[in-house]
Amino acid sequence: MDACLLHDSQRHDAMTDLQRIRRAHAIRSLTVTIMLVILLVALALADLTLGHRVYSMSDLVGAVWGRSDEGTRFVILQLRMPRTLIGCIAGIAFGMAGIGFQHLLRNMMASPDIIGITAGANTAAIFGIVVLGLSGMPLACLAVMGGLLTALLVMALAWRGSFDPTRLILIGIGVAAGFNALGSWLMVRSNQWDIQAATRWLTGSLADAQWSDLPILATTTLVGAMLLLALDRNVSTLQLGPEMAAGLGVRVSRVQFEVIIVGVLLLAVATATTGPISFISFLSGPIAAVLVGRGTSALIQSGLVGGCLVLGSDIVAQHLPTTQMPVGIITSIVGGPVLILIMVLMTRRQEL
Amino acid sequence: MVLSGLILAVCLVMVCALSLVFGSRSVSPSDILHALSASSDDIAVSAIRLRIPRTVLGLLVGAGLGVAGTLMQGISRNPLADPSILGFNTGAALAIVCSIAFFSLSTPAQYVWVGLLGSATTALVVWAIGSLGPSGPSPLRLTLAGVVISSVLGSLTSAILLPRINVISSYRFWQVGGISGARFDLMMPVLPLLALGLILAFCLTPGINALTLGDQMAEGLGMHVGRVRSLAWLAAILLCASCTALAGPIGFVGLVVPHVARLLIGPDYRRIMALSILIGPLLVVGADVVGRIITRPSDVEVGIVTALIGAPVFVILAGHRRTAEV
Repeated sequence: MDACLLHDSQRHDAMTDLQRIRRAHAIRSLTVTIMLVILLVALALADLTLGHRVYSMSDLVGAVWGRSDEGTRFVILQLRMPRTLIGCIAGIAFGMAGIGFQHLLRNMMASPDIIGITAGANTAAIFGIVVLGLSGMPLACLAVMGGLLTALLVMALAWRGSFDPTRLILIGIGVAAGFNALGSWLMVRSNQWDIQAATRWLTGSLADAQWSDLPILATTTLVGAMLLLALDRNVSTLQLGPEMAAGLGVRVSRVQFEVIIVGVLLLAVATATTGPISFISFLSGPIAAVLVGRGTSALIQSGLVGGCLVLGSDIVAQHLPTTQMPVGIITSIVGGPVLILIMVLMTRRQEL
Repeated sequence: MVLSGLILAVCLVMVCALSLVFGSRSVSPSDILHALSASSDDIAVSAIRLRIPRTVLGLLVGAGLGVAGTLMQGISRNPLADPSILGFNTGAALAIVCSIAFFSLSTPAQYVWVGLLGSATTALVVWAIGSLGPSGPSPLRLTLAGVVISSVLGSLTSAILLPRINVISSYRFWQVGGISGARFDLMMPVLPLLALGLILAFCLTPGINALTLGDQMAEGLGMHVGRVRSLAWLAAILLCASCTALAGPIGFVGLVVPHVARLLIGPDYRRIMALSILIGPLLVVGADVVGRIITRPSDVEVGIVTALIGAPVFVILAGHRRTAEV
């Protein structure tokens, strides 16, 4: 109504300003997206060509088109390609799920690693490895179930008519501690080989990536990503605060519930495929938010950042001078200090 | 106060008796008396012989962790403070794994010092990061700092463990926190530290009581807030670190004990501290007995039992409206 009080010329100016700002946001967001896609492709190509034996781009193209020798085709198509694709897609899933939670609960610390979902999936997986002797797809399903049930448990415990982020984070930490205790109990009771399998899985590794894991991971990530994008508008409205959002016609608890379920599914399927690659879901959101700037949703960009982080860390992990490491170790050792830095900055700005 | 103290003391004596009687192997009470009084080579007797140091260790570790938790919650006014949540254990674990892998240390007497160094360093870092802001350490910030640092240290630990399967198998028993391998000769070197921590804690109790009124009020009462707080923090580190070194990471004792004491006796820290030294051992020895009974003939390590008791308590405390808003 206020706009009616403005002169026509002033009104015109205001509208053009608004359009200009919107266009600037859109251009920046598009540029960032394109740059991230280019970076992701470059990292994927590096991951495919570098290694024990270094291949050229023409080897790569030849292998894909079936024009190179058997050995090259085997290494590129059977050993490296699934690893790269799974790392990339799992990274996207971690990134999108992470920013989904952080955005929804309006707190950077509310990432799935911290609120116990990862711990639940891990414990279910240890149970699968150690007690049931599972591997592959059944193990993955069990881990997904573990993650989902834990999320429901944390949500049920934290629910007081709405989700208070601080309470959810603290309760999640407690639930995670309980599951970790169960997990270590199982570990103590198992034999050396199971333990090594479980430890490797728990650190998050792409070493066992296979083509057969790809369809489910890719489908879930695609569907989950589309659902999160569809929900994104409502989540953005939630940023104004629950009361304001409710006033604008958003059904707050329902949106929160939907985002959490989609996020957990994305995350649990990715975790089931690669193991928990730590800090990816935590870090992707803040990085993407810095890149696109304030006031723009960074959902897609966060996914791309996640993919880049996983592939980049995997390249580092495979080419360490001493010994090869699972990718999760690299992300944790690099990501942890960054996380602490973010905490310090948040404290300084009194957001925590 | 006297009444609850007495009741707790009686319970404690009973739990210790249970700890001597119940085990993976059942032994009759007459055998036990026999074992305590005479020398014999009976299997039952040797079972008891193993259970005496185990019970003593449970008492010591329980007292240390309970008092440490009370100190930490008192000085930080943080109802969620606990050595395991704040990452002390992961620090000790990393230090011990490093010492096994790179310096080929092998005896628990050596682990003790390494573990002490590791957890003390971690404690200082977590505290520093958690209390950076203008308002000092809030429960959320301190807890998060602990969780994050634990996670990083945990990854470093796995990075060292993964290529070394022999280290994994000796480490994983330490890792869950158990008192089953207790031996008097291994406890001796740590006892002075534990005693020092306990004495310091009790000397500081009046000061901590004043701190709970708020820093300004405490200063108005003529207290050196900074000095009391750093000494109390030092005592807590001494206690946690020596307990972790003795028994591995036993979580949640420090979290649960002060809350139980507060429920029984009210908010006066002098009383809470006095009860903690009874409730802590009761919890640890009791958890150890439970762990021996539920999965006969094998044990469940005490650290797992306390975590399974303590995690729900943590969740309940965290769900409390007041706690969440601190």
